[in-house]
Amino acid sequence: MIVEIGIVVAKVLLVLIMVLNLAGIMGWVERKGSALIQDRIGANRASILGFAGLGLINTMVADPIKFLTKEDFVPPRGDRVLHTLAPCLALFPTLVLFAVIPFGDVLEIGGRTINLQVAPNINIGILYIFAMSSLSVYGIVIGAWASNNKFSLLGGVRGSAQMISYEIAMGLSVMGIVMIYETLELQEIVRGQGSLLWGWLPAWGVVLQPVAFLLFFTTAVAESKRIPFDQPEAESELVAGFHTEYSGAKFLMFFTAEFAEMVTAAAIITTLFFGGWQVPYLMRDGFHFPGGAILLLPHLAIVLLQVGVFVFKVFFFCWLFILIRWTLPRFRYDQVMRLGWKMLLPLALANVMVTAIWIIVLGT
Amino acid sequence: MSIELLIFFILAVFLIASSLLVIFQRNPVHSALALVAALFIMAVLFLTQEAPMVAVLQIFVYAGAIMVLFLFVIMLLNPSMPEKGHWIWWGSGSLGAALLAVELISLFLPVHGTKPLGAEVGENFGSPKLLAEILFKEFVLPFEIASILLLVALIGAVVLAKR
Repeated sequence: MIVEIGIVVAKVLLVLIMVLNLAGIMGWVERKGSALIQDRIGANRASILGFAGLGLINTMVADPIKFLTKEDFVPPRGDRVLHTLAPCLALFPTLVLFAVIPFGDVLEIGGRTINLQVAPNINIGILYIFAMSSLSVYGIVIGAWASNNKFSLLGGVRGSAQMISYEIAMGLSVMGIVMIYETLELQEIVRGQGSLLWGWLPAWGVVLQPVAFLLFFTTAVAESKRIPFDQPEAESELVAGFHTEYSGAKFLMFFTAEFAEMVTAAAIITTLFFGGWQVPYLMRDGFHFPGGAILLLPHLAIVLLQVGVFVFKVFFFCWLFILIRWTLPRFRYDQVMRLGWKMLLPLALANVMVTAIWIIVLGT
Repeated sequence: MSIELLIFFILAVFLIASSLLVIFQRNPVHSALALVAALFIMAVLFLTQEAPMVAVLQIFVYAGAIMVLFLFVIMLLNPSMPEKGHWIWWGSGSLGAALLAVELISLFLPVHGTKPLGAEVGENFGSPKLLAEILFKEFVLPFEIASILLLVALIGAVVLAKR
């Protein structure tokens, strides 16, 4: 009993630490990466005893201290309670969402089989993800309204319109994956991606559902509220959109939520389309290459390899998010709406139809 | 006391507290948010009753979609506070409460030899697969009719909005 509870707590802590630290690291990557893209030097002012660590001290030590010691400002005619609640509501859904994402296969240790997923054997995995991400609208709407500021409210209204619109295309784009792997459970979807097509090509989601991947990726960028889909923030039009009136620790929470959302989106893309923790040709006991060569590995090494590969893939997609943010110009509001409703939604519907016909024709 | 019962009582206390907050608050936005919290806790209760599908749909449809609309209407229209204690509010409110109370009490009365509480459930109860099979095989016609009804309402709303 106690051991079981301990295992669950350890898994929860592991995932929380992983997500929050990745979010923090992404903050650093974004500042240094954007500097790299724009041919600048980037954050390098803060240092401890002359050690700046490529801006790590700046973003990981100086920035948090600055945020935590700043004045916590609430607009005089704003709503004090909701103004404080909003950042929590923004951070909450992305963190609980990670409960169903598998970060490894089973770990067999001391006669126990531990499923490397916080909430294993939930037969509604994907639906849980959508349910939780549908709650992430509240953070920006409440924050915007509680600020009692026209710019904030405009940002909040635009943001929720954008998020609700893109949720639909997002949900439909995943249906193809569900139809192919015949399950809603994410661990089973990842296992399904372990088989090989024609003996050499891993049956990853992106191979079987390339259109769904493009649609999902686009909608995921839109859901994370980053350029080119930065309607809720819209720096060039709305000051800072829904978090105009936020400072100090509350702003830091919004900031963390944005990066955590990015990490979660990357993790979902990895899980659904890029094999999750699957390493090509790695089976339960070691590598089985297509040529017939076999390389046996100990169980612990395989588990570590899987978790490491999962983190690496997540990191790769986070970097892709950052690359897109600093490369593409932003959309206008009507362009965002037109893209969502008139292009992505019909494409997602067509993808579901084509997949269904394909499955019937193949007669699986 | 088993852990399930303990969790139920904790959730129930929070559920009742947030439901009371819905009706006892002045600010309509606060009330709407308390309703979101109540719906969310209800979903967790469904989860403890081995109905994960219902729980997720509850969050997805009610807490995630319908309440966002509610919140929007409240925020954008910004209604002024209703006058205190108008007899129509009190009358209709108490009538609704009385009807609900009768309904709730009748739930606990045994009806013609059926077991009042604790019906047995089969394996895979509440799983999406079972639900989909029943919905799309046995009840496919009502399902389609309901969806056409929703479509008609949707088109009607668009037509009215364009006027």
